[in-house]
Amino acid sequence: MLKHVRSLGQVGVQSIQSIGRAGMLFTQSVTWGGPGSAGFLDLIRQIHSVGVRSLSIIIVAGFFVGMVLALQGYNILVKFGSVSALGTMVSLTLLRELGPVLAALLFAGRAGSALTAEIGLMKATEQLSAMEMMGVDPLKRVITPRLWAGVISVPILALLFSTVGIWGGAFVAVDMLGLYDGAYWSNMANTVEFYEDVVQGLIKAAVFGVVVTWIAVYQGYDAAPTSEGIGKATTQTVVISSLAILGLDFILTAVMLGGV
Amino acid sequence: MSNSNNHVEVKDVTFYRGKRKIYDGLNVAFPRGKITAIMGPSGTGKTTLLRMIGGQLKADSGEVLVDGSNVGTMSRGDLFELRKNKMGMLFQTSGLFTDLNVFDNVAFPLRTHTDLPDDMIRDLVLMKLEAVGLRGARDLFPAELSGGMVRRVALARSIAMDPELIMYDEPFTGLDPISMGMILRLIRGLNEALGLTSLLVSHDVEESCQIADYLCIVSGGKVIGFGTPDELRNGDNAEVRQFLNGDPDGPVPFHYPADDYRADLFAGEA
Repeated sequence: MLKHVRSLGQVGVQSIQSIGRAGMLFTQSVTWGGPGSAGFLDLIRQIHSVGVRSLSIIIVAGFFVGMVLALQGYNILVKFGSVSALGTMVSLTLLRELGPVLAALLFAGRAGSALTAEIGLMKATEQLSAMEMMGVDPLKRVITPRLWAGVISVPILALLFSTVGIWGGAFVAVDMLGLYDGAYWSNMANTVEFYEDVVQGLIKAAVFGVVVTWIAVYQGYDAAPTSEGIGKATTQTVVISSLAILGLDFILTAVMLGGV
Repeated sequence: MSNSNNHVEVKDVTFYRGKRKIYDGLNVAFPRGKITAIMGPSGTGKTTLLRMIGGQLKADSGEVLVDGSNVGTMSRGDLFELRKNKMGMLFQTSGLFTDLNVFDNVAFPLRTHTDLPDDMIRDLVLMKLEAVGLRGARDLFPAELSGGMVRRVALARSIAMDPELIMYDEPFTGLDPISMGMILRLIRGLNEALGLTSLLVSHDVEESCQIADYLCIVSGGKVIGFGTPDELRNGDNAEVRQFLNGDPDGPVPFHYPADDYRADLFAGEA
């Protein structure tokens, strides 16, 4: 009995220590400059590796999600005789909610896990230690550009996701179900607000970007330098970031709508 | 013990890994411009000692002095400055950047730390690669190199900034005899040509004795022998002699501590 209490306490202590280490990693690597700091080119290279390379999955997923939304939405709205609101429904759902959330979830699976594995392997093969002994701070050289690349990429990916999703919705609604395309687009144009819908969605995406990338680089940097440790860290990245995205989404939505 | 002939001094250092005591009042000094081999049974913390000198691990108490300045209490900036200009380290797994080719790996510290023009960096890198005999391999990636070549590239990279102190962590492990011979020659040659202070962690007794000026035998958290290979071989410390001769039994017992053998066997029948 006492053993279980003790191990519970140990889990608590370990998670608090882990949060502390993650916090230190963040504060030390969020700013540029320092011994052997990364340059602008490193940032561009990382944006390419985490952002540009996630484009295909984001675009394909966005298109399908938009199509499904239109199909489901049409079948619900048609019962109330308000199919002309379909464009509004699809675009608001995507811009406010599904764009940021699904883009961030896909980003965590596609780029977050890759970041963790890459950094974990650099640690296991002593590349980070070697860097340190050459007078180059791995936090500044390796972590900083990756962290910023994620923060910059996720909002752009979320916006693309929503845009492609809206097209996907139009494809189903207008081309397949025969909805009048003026109704789809003009109702959307009349109801979607730039600040309240587009910008707030982007703020969500930016927050998710920070959190997912932070979790990914931390898990890699803190991984046990063995194949098992890296495997575990990669899984942790996906699990923790997915939960963090969904949890934060609720909090952010509540704050933005101001209804709770 | 404190004099300017010692490049690195370790004073009364205690170090814990978790709850296990690795070092307990360790005192040792490494003379400038010499090769000192740090030897001892596996798991005694030889690599830990190198990492404390490099400032990657901090001693729980005591001082580690490099050129008279305390690595443990130095600011982060000073520590990186010291590593950049004064220290090189060759890691067990070499730590080459797998996304860069041989040339770019060796050029990495030069490009990061200096504003030298590209053609000068090229000359410097080729000089370092020539010294390790791999000028012709400059376009290969680490995955295309043999174990011995990887280590030679890593060596070229760690001397790129012309350090005064170089530390080798298990440089002979897993090498064929020819590659081993090359590394031995390089360590000795670099030491003589550049006057580097070299610290070498190894448990290859024969190889280490060939090139080391001094041996430092570590066991049970303390230095149990320090001197030239001949002095230690003929010394009166039984444990040092057991280690150098590779005797399976002696002061370091063959058997892990256990209950009485007979009693243990009969206990199963009860």
